[in-house]
Amino acid sequence: MFMSEIKIDGVQAIINANKHLEGALLPILHGLQDQYGYIPEVAYQPITEALAITLADLKGVISFYHFFRTTPPAKHVIQVCRAEACQAMGGRQLEAHAKQKLGVDWHGKTLDQQFQLEQVFCLGNCACAPAVRVGDEVIGRVSPERFDALLEELQTEVVEVKL
Amino acid sequence: MSRIFISLDTTSNSLGANELAAWFARNHADVDVVRTGSRGMFWLEPMVEVETANGRVAYGPLSTKELAEAVDQGLLQGSEQPSSYLGDIEQHPYFASQQRLTFGRVGLVNPMSVDSYIQHDGYQGLANAIVKGDQAIIDDVKASGLRGRGGAAFPTGIKWQTVADCAADQKYIVCNADEGDSGTFADRMLMEGDPLSLIEGMTIAGIAVGATKGYIYLREEYPQAYKILNAAINDAKAKNWLGDQIQGSAYSFDIEVRLGAQAYICGEETSLLNSLEGKRGEVRAKPPLPAIEGFLGKPTVVNNVISLASVPTILAKGGDYYESFGMGRSKGTMTFQLAGNLKQTGLVELAFGITLKELLTTYADGSYSGRPLKAVQVGGPLGAYLPESQWDTPMDYESFMAIDAMVGHGGIVAFDDTVDMGEQARFSMEFCVAESCGKCTPCRIGSTRGVEVIDKIRSGDNPDQNKELLADLCDTMFYGSLCAMGGMTPYPVRSAMNHFEADFDKKEVH
Repeated sequence: MFMSEIKIDGVQAIINANKHLEGALLPILHGLQDQYGYIPEVAYQPITEALAITLADLKGVISFYHFFRTTPPAKHVIQVCRAEACQAMGGRQLEAHAKQKLGVDWHGKTLDQQFQLEQVFCLGNCACAPAVRVGDEVIGRVSPERFDALLEELQTEVVEVKL
Repeated sequence: MSRIFISLDTTSNSLGANELAAWFARNHADVDVVRTGSRGMFWLEPMVEVETANGRVAYGPLSTKELAEAVDQGLLQGSEQPSSYLGDIEQHPYFASQQRLTFGRVGLVNPMSVDSYIQHDGYQGLANAIVKGDQAIIDDVKASGLRGRGGAAFPTGIKWQTVADCAADQKYIVCNADEGDSGTFADRMLMEGDPLSLIEGMTIAGIAVGATKGYIYLREEYPQAYKILNAAINDAKAKNWLGDQIQGSAYSFDIEVRLGAQAYICGEETSLLNSLEGKRGEVRAKPPLPAIEGFLGKPTVVNNVISLASVPTILAKGGDYYESFGMGRSKGTMTFQLAGNLKQTGLVELAFGITLKELLTTYADGSYSGRPLKAVQVGGPLGAYLPESQWDTPMDYESFMAIDAMVGHGGIVAFDDTVDMGEQARFSMEFCVAESCGKCTPCRIGSTRGVEVIDKIRSGDNPDQNKELLADLCDTMFYGSLCAMGGMTPYPVRSAMNHFEADFDKKEVH
């Protein structure tokens, strides 16, 4: 899981590790989101200084890409594919089921902060649609029942970690 | 010791391939499990291939429970007894009839091992390229007739010549691995199954045009490809197939993988270059061409994964050999991807010219649901929806352009008769709303208008006038957008309107 505590030293270390790269901004933003789960505001000024860009430049880039977040995510981010190959295999029904089951719309988090629902346009799993992604894992042929089982598995994992 | 092969491909894993590998680790630690790419026959995944004295023997699809039973029945000895027995997968008609020029090694090699790559004839193209030198390489690529496999189909050799002819202190090779089209996964399969062919192709491109640095711009949605690409690059560096003075030659070349951040538009080459530079992924006006002023203003080759991965074969076997496949001006092979509501989904590499119908029947064997197929979208979310009357069209660039459609990156998404084409047309506009970079008004605002107008038509609000308005809006987007995002969103919308107009009628509520 992501590190919850954000220290400026850690932020600066990620910036320093990448700032020499050609086109360093995306690698820096990825590094921060990998570490903290989102782009913390405390990183803005050090980034602009390291890359000699303005705050407007930085915010323009962060807001352009669907992937980058500026607030902490829920424990499990569930990405449901909305693209055509999944639609052809019941993707629309899966979308509706996921929203109803979690009680949220796209980008929404459950009240207990366990799940966050995100739309994604194609996971490249079009041969076994519909597809869902959690972390780096992609799951194929996701029926509503399989989706419910996935939620169960994810919650069970939480218990295992605590033991 | 028994040796078996299990795919590590994302789709194989999405069906349980990792669990099969873990089963062997737990129950048969004596078995050597090699993880490979996928054969691209996904209805048979997850699959296990066993090395026997008579070649590989395949079993699939398997759950861990079925695997345990099959092992009891002699799977590790290649027994025919398990019900999942498939025999030599390369003799399966789906596979045996293919012309695998670019995907020849996928499923065979350990993708992260240069040694495995060389055992299967890898790096012969680069060895030839080092001897031939820049212009002779470009002449070979020109002779092959290779055209960009990303979708735009621009002749690769001519692009390389333009970059080679530019004088500059630094040039770049950029691989466009932002494979965002729904229904496409060839790039992903190649990068997960044989990434060294891409790495070799980029290195050859570098020698050809005088570039020493390459970037692979990979979409964030492909975490498995990211890991495998980096492992392969590291092995290539360790064995001096990347880096300074490659294999003792005068040529140096390095590759770095960069991740996108979930923006479909970054598959457009100028938008990709802006993103790679750390900017918003907005489209650039052309000219200047990226070949002349590309990454950081320097001459840059931007090629798709499959285009670059096709180059080693061209250099190993000659441009004429590659050119002998295909038809008309569409030369070589295309990697067709069968997706959506089809029974036998997967990857089929064939010379251009096969008809869509043959792919849907002979290879895919009809719909997954068992219902009749109604519409097929070819070429991703900006490709036209084709009704059955057009399925006899040969799959080549010119034949598809002639029916206002495109082959694109070779993705084929089939829908059965439960699909509502009015809803699909609406989605095309909705997708454009979500993914427009915002630079051109017809794309940015036109797409939102498109959703509204289609909603009006579908709710019975002045349908005739609104259909006319929709046609007009499509023209505005087509003529008034800088890139294919706004310019081609009209293709799926118009084709849905032209061929499935009844689906736009107001639905009677019972």
